[in-house]
Amino acid sequence: MSEARTLVFEIFRYNPQDPDTAPHIQRFEMREEPHLTLYLALNYIRENLDPSLQFDFACRSAVCGSCAMIVNGRPVLACRTRTADLANTIRLQPLPVFELIGDLSVDTGRWFRGMAEKVEAWIHSNEPFDPSAPEERMEDELARTIYESERCIECGCCVAGCGVALTRDDFVGPAGLNRIARFMLDPRDQREDAEWFEVVSSDEGVFGCIGLMACQDVCPKELPLLEVHAYLRRKMLLSKAPDLLKNISARRKESAPKTPS
Amino acid sequence: MDAILNTDVLVIGGGLAGERCAIEAANAGQDVIIASLIPPRRSHSCAAQGGMQAALGNCAMGDGDNPNVHFLDTVRGSDWGADQEVVRMFVDEAPAAVRELAYFGVPWTRVTAGTQTHFIKGRKVELTESEENAGLLMQRDFGGTAKWRTCYAAAGTGHAALYAIDGEVVRLGITVRDRVEALSLIHDQGRCHGAVVRCLRTGKIGVIIAKATVIATGGHGRIYGKYTTNATINEGTGTAMALATGVVPLGNMEAVQFHPTGLWPSGILVTEGCRGDGGYLLNRKLQRFMVDLEPEKQELASRDVVSRHMMTQIREGLGVDGPFGTHLWLDIRHLGREHVHTKLREVYEICQDFLGLDPADELIPVRPTQHYSMGGVRVNKDGQAYGMSGLFAAGEAACWDMHGFNRLGGNSLAETIVAGRIVGARAAQFAGGKTDGPDPALVEHSVREQQEVIADWLARSGNGPTVYEIRDRLAETMMGKVGIFRNGEELEEAVTDIYDLIQACDTAVLRSKVPGMNPELAFALRLPGMLRLALVTAQGALARTESRGAHSRTDYAARDDARWLKRTLARWPHGATAPVFDYEPVGLLDLPPAGRGYGKSSIIEMSEELADYNETVSEEQQRHGRLDSDSPFGANLRAGEWRKATGEVS
Ligand SMILES: Cc1cc2nc3c(=O)[nH]c(=O)nc-3n(C[C@H](O)[C@H](O)[C@H](O)COP(=O)(O)OP(=O)(O)OC[C@H]3O[C@@H](n4cnc5c(N)ncnc54)[C@H](O)[C@@H]3O)c2cc1C
Ligand code: SF4
Ligand code: SF4
Ligand code: FES
Repeated sequence: MSEARTLVFEIFRYNPQDPDTAPHIQRFEMREEPHLTLYLALNYIRENLDPSLQFDFACRSAVCGSCAMIVNGRPVLACRTRTADLANTIRLQPLPVFELIGDLSVDTGRWFRGMAEKVEAWIHSNEPFDPSAPEERMEDELARTIYESERCIECGCCVAGCGVALTRDDFVGPAGLNRIARFMLDPRDQREDAEWFEVVSSDEGVFGCIGLMACQDVCPKELPLLEVHAYLRRKMLLSKAPDLLKNISARRKESAPKTPS
Repeated sequence: MDAILNTDVLVIGGGLAGERCAIEAANAGQDVIIASLIPPRRSHSCAAQGGMQAALGNCAMGDGDNPNVHFLDTVRGSDWGADQEVVRMFVDEAPAAVRELAYFGVPWTRVTAGTQTHFIKGRKVELTESEENAGLLMQRDFGGTAKWRTCYAAAGTGHAALYAIDGEVVRLGITVRDRVEALSLIHDQGRCHGAVVRCLRTGKIGVIIAKATVIATGGHGRIYGKYTTNATINEGTGTAMALATGVVPLGNMEAVQFHPTGLWPSGILVTEGCRGDGGYLLNRKLQRFMVDLEPEKQELASRDVVSRHMMTQIREGLGVDGPFGTHLWLDIRHLGREHVHTKLREVYEICQDFLGLDPADELIPVRPTQHYSMGGVRVNKDGQAYGMSGLFAAGEAACWDMHGFNRLGGNSLAETIVAGRIVGARAAQFAGGKTDGPDPALVEHSVREQQEVIADWLARSGNGPTVYEIRDRLAETMMGKVGIFRNGEELEEAVTDIYDLIQACDTAVLRSKVPGMNPELAFALRLPGMLRLALVTAQGALARTESRGAHSRTDYAARDDARWLKRTLARWPHGATAPVFDYEPVGLLDLPPAGRGYGKSSIIEMSEELADYNETVSEEQQRHGRLDSDSPFGANLRAGEWRKATGEVS
């Protein structure tokens, strides 16, 4: 193996709780080791070089969505970013759009809760749960399609990469649009397409998007966000033609066979 | 965060157990606050990939399954350490709990009619699913079960379940305080009134006063440092808070599960689903050692059994030497690229992201790693803590105790939602009947205590060790001496080591005193509790001179039902420098102790008659602090029901 590199980290620092500090960039150096990830590197820096450094990790396995940050200009999950894939100088910044908590730590939690409230990200069902009844049936293929869009881990990379989200607070963001599509696809959700119209087809929704595609490029879960947007636009345009809409939504509901009673 | 909040039910922890509790309590009309270190959806529950056990019996290999078979598997899996009444409650309610998740929107994988190819014990097998069950929830195979019983949502069961449950929390408008850490319980040694909390945005101290408080803070795997599959936040603060009351005991802390396949060296979990789907374990010579060692269950014997065989391979020099130490291989190449890249996509991604390899072509380096904490806050069947009214616990933080000395894969996710439903209802019931609040002086005193602890950390100076050094030394002790194989000599060393570390912690110094949440201070506040959890684990393991489930003593290889059909209870009296140990009967024995049917089975039989044992259980447990439950003791057991099970563990 070739000689270990010395990595230079340039890290955005700012602690809003400390009146004596101002935003600045701090430099750290460390030796690279095999399989080094930004999770390991940042902990090394905190434990050996500057214990006040703030950042967020939980699962450290790319499933919880805690650790997104801007690495050399691009939003990524830090825990699964290997330094071997980066140049010697690594510049780390907090995600934009979200409120800064300190250094690399931002408040994605509140943002996503707000989004969930806005798009009412839950199954809207008119029937109560019956604990003694067998589950409603669903084709596995449909379950898999729903699961595909359910895979979003709310890391915020797409939101941070989206020019519209950056300038408009009320835009639900690519992750929000994906969430809407996830519930539209789900026959258990009894919302009619027309009910979606308000949130989806305003500027807060899919028509706010200007199709720059940055979101799909940066999504660590490789969600097909552009397909999602296209799906929503199509749906919303169709919902202008009420009869057509009725047919489609009826068909959508038929596609999930009901449990024979 | 505001200085003082009031609520009916405070749920500490926003994982599956906490949120499911909160939903139940809110539905019962109670005002609920969830406090969580991180946004709920990031809780460790989201990392569970494998699935959730519920005896639905929808698929061909699950045919004939029912809660009785699930009961047998769970009690056997626990090596008879479980409370059988709780197991019964669990297996009876799991099907409804899993179906409720479908109602909340989990995209469970479904039965597809027709013939599909599976790998079973390394062989390609064609299985035909019936037309009749098409579209119902599908199950997969998990270790230690007689039937395919584990419901799953592709490779992201925990994620899908947590998002669905959190959606319900949002729908109900339940208040969630994220980035809020509970530091201590407000209590007067007999009644709990909420918690002192610290805001992880600002570092400010506050209190949440509640009529009922639920600890749902998850496992404490991080007492094993980096040798765990658990998230970095699984530091056991909730469990340690209960211990710090001086009156609430922790149950069976020595019962620690190791997962056979932690990715080496990062410790990230590679799901059991790999072996369930037919993956192999290989040694340095690329031999499938499990075939000879466990001819029946092979790679799918229960976790403790597989982990021990793996450690034996490593001890016998059959491990693979890598740059970070010795490991073994997991092989899923024969499942085919399509299967690996779709059905096991999360595994594929983990291998890509953290090691840069494709498991469809290459072997995966794995090693047994700390995975699950069977021990925790000891509670009765309602989730009510021993010795403290108004305090409840649920999920991995609790010792309810349906897992005994070994929990089956897929049983803990299911536990979180079943327990959430039951404990949430009981906590709401408790809160509903109370109008009293705490004495303001008590609240003030509790806050002052925490402020003094913080002030003490900030006042220290000099050249003491860092908190991180102590954490790393603890990890080496725990993995090296309180690991998969244990013996008296090493356990004694471990106890001594940990006492040394407790002393070292008293002299540890912070390098950073910045205002705000100060990450080093935040960790320093958790460290003494972690050390205490480690100590009761090591000392409990030393005292237990037998081998049961995951607790495996090389110097006491037999399971000793004559002396150890007991649950360890560890308390740490207020102001004491050492814990106190007591023992209670495990619970009513409905299924009589016997061999598990896999793993080694050298058993010293009980000397007592079953009936005599059962006679004493209720009174003995009460004597150790068990509070009265909603339904009478034993009322949910449905004694003898398991005889109707037809499926048998092979
Ligand atoms: C990698 C992995 C895979 C797994 N796979 C499976 C599987 O396939 N099937 C299965 O059955 N089980 C599985 N398990 C086990 C299962 O996931 C856990 O037992 C279960 O999710 C625990 O849920 P919980 O709600 O009790 O705790 P968690 O989900 O860990 O939640 C704990 C919560 O407590 C909060 N918290 C902690 N301390 C504090 C504090 N002091 N103050 C405030 N909040 C606090 C945290 O923020 C978090 O919200 C797996 C475990 C791991 C580690
Ligand atoms: S395509 Fe739309 S949502 Fe995606 S980044 Fe561009 S503007 Fe944002
Ligand atoms: S859509 Fe992708 S990038 Fe956006 S929040 Fe979800 S996982 Fe992250
Ligand atoms: S720490 Fe969970 S996604 Fe990175």
